[in-house]
Amino acid sequence: MKSIHVSATVNGDAVEFICAPDESLLDVLRNRLGLTGAKEGCGTGDCGACSVTLDGRLVCSCLVLGAEAEGATVGTIEGIADGDTLHPLQQSFIDHAALQCGICTPGILVAAKSLLEKNPNPTDTEVRYWLAGNLCRCTGYDKIIYAVQDAAKKMRSA
Amino acid sequence: MRFARPETAHEAAALIAKETGLIRILSGGTDVMVQLKAGLVEPALIVDIKRIPGLRKITPEAGGFRIGAAVSGAELGEHAEVRALWPGVVEGAELIGSTQVQGRATMAGNLCNGSPAADAVPGLVAANAVARIMGPNGERDCPIADIPAGPGKTTLAKGEFLTSIFLPARPARSGDAYLRFIPRTEMDIAVAAAAVSLTLNDAGVISAARVALGAVAPTVRLVPAAADTIIGSKLDEAALAALSAACSAACNPIDDKRGTIEFRTQVVGVLAKRAALIAYSRAGEKK
Repeated sequence: MKSIHVSATVNGDAVEFICAPDESLLDVLRNRLGLTGAKEGCGTGDCGACSVTLDGRLVCSCLVLGAEAEGATVGTIEGIADGDTLHPLQQSFIDHAALQCGICTPGILVAAKSLLEKNPNPTDTEVRYWLAGNLCRCTGYDKIIYAVQDAAKKMRSA
Repeated sequence: MRFARPETAHEAAALIAKETGLIRILSGGTDVMVQLKAGLVEPALIVDIKRIPGLRKITPEAGGFRIGAAVSGAELGEHAEVRALWPGVVEGAELIGSTQVQGRATMAGNLCNGSPAADAVPGLVAANAVARIMGPNGERDCPIADIPAGPGKTTLAKGEFLTSIFLPARPARSGDAYLRFIPRTEMDIAVAAAAVSLTLNDAGVISAARVALGAVAPTVRLVPAAADTIIGSKLDEAALAALSAACSAACNPIDDKRGTIEFRTQVVGVLAKRAALIAYSRAGEKK
């Protein structure tokens, strides 16, 4: 297989990588760029653990080819905090104990951030539907919803 | 496997025409990537069509809209004018997968994947939407209803791919709706589905209608006999009962883990009645 050279912007930084034609963006992020926040849960777009933004749109990075990222802007969990200062969503997940094993958490944070950028004041139902593609097998979802809503409230008054 | 990203539809058609191995067209990738991962297909060439001009655009045309083949469900859902003109088509497309899947999945891909349960397709068939197809012999247009050929199969010829879907203009006092049954509220595949598109005259009588069913036959199915039961009516009880019966009569479903033949046959009639009532109210008449 002939490798492909790709230039993209990841979390605001210009990056270049070489990938195989059938290599997913998730594998590129984890194995070539060292960004292991996005996780592979299912590899088939069902669980949302690999959620990233691609040109501002929430996607499963397991369903994107690395080669498709040419010229694109990618946002991952690693780009959410501001240096050592956690994003309000990250702090809220800690405050509300909205995680246990943490595998689903990066994807949920990326997805929740994407929701709040589009809709800063969602209803609980809107949060639940938006996050329907992010599966968690530990906590149950209530704490996650509380954490998102609390962060949304703080972000609105910030 | 090789990866190509042609800049024009002609370039894509030429690349595809000269390829001797298996090809997969990549648009949203929400089916293709899953097939690759599962080892169901091992294409020699992946052709990403998203760079082709117009493929990611929604363009007004002749009172309707041309939807590029790579327009995602999320992009379609955010387009207020398309939603206003063809709400049933948009609600079908928006039922596919999660928020993440919506960020990439396309109606054209949903059609070409060939699932009898494809949520975007009954609405398109009811809308009498038309696919624009590029191929080795140039461009052609084909009604969406004529594209599904069976589970995983389409009538597209070798080397052909969709570049857009045209949603036509529609008369005043028209409405459409799509409903599916799933045993949960989100993230599932239709057990049975129905789309109804209709137009009313000034007296509130249905003057034209199209009914399409999903997941109850080897393909999404246009059912003219079902539309005939409500044309000329105001959706009174008798017309709705006849619609339901005609839809159930048109079924040829399978038994599987999601539903039995009996269940699908009965439920699709109920869905058609409810979709017709929603379409009727969207067309401007209270019921």
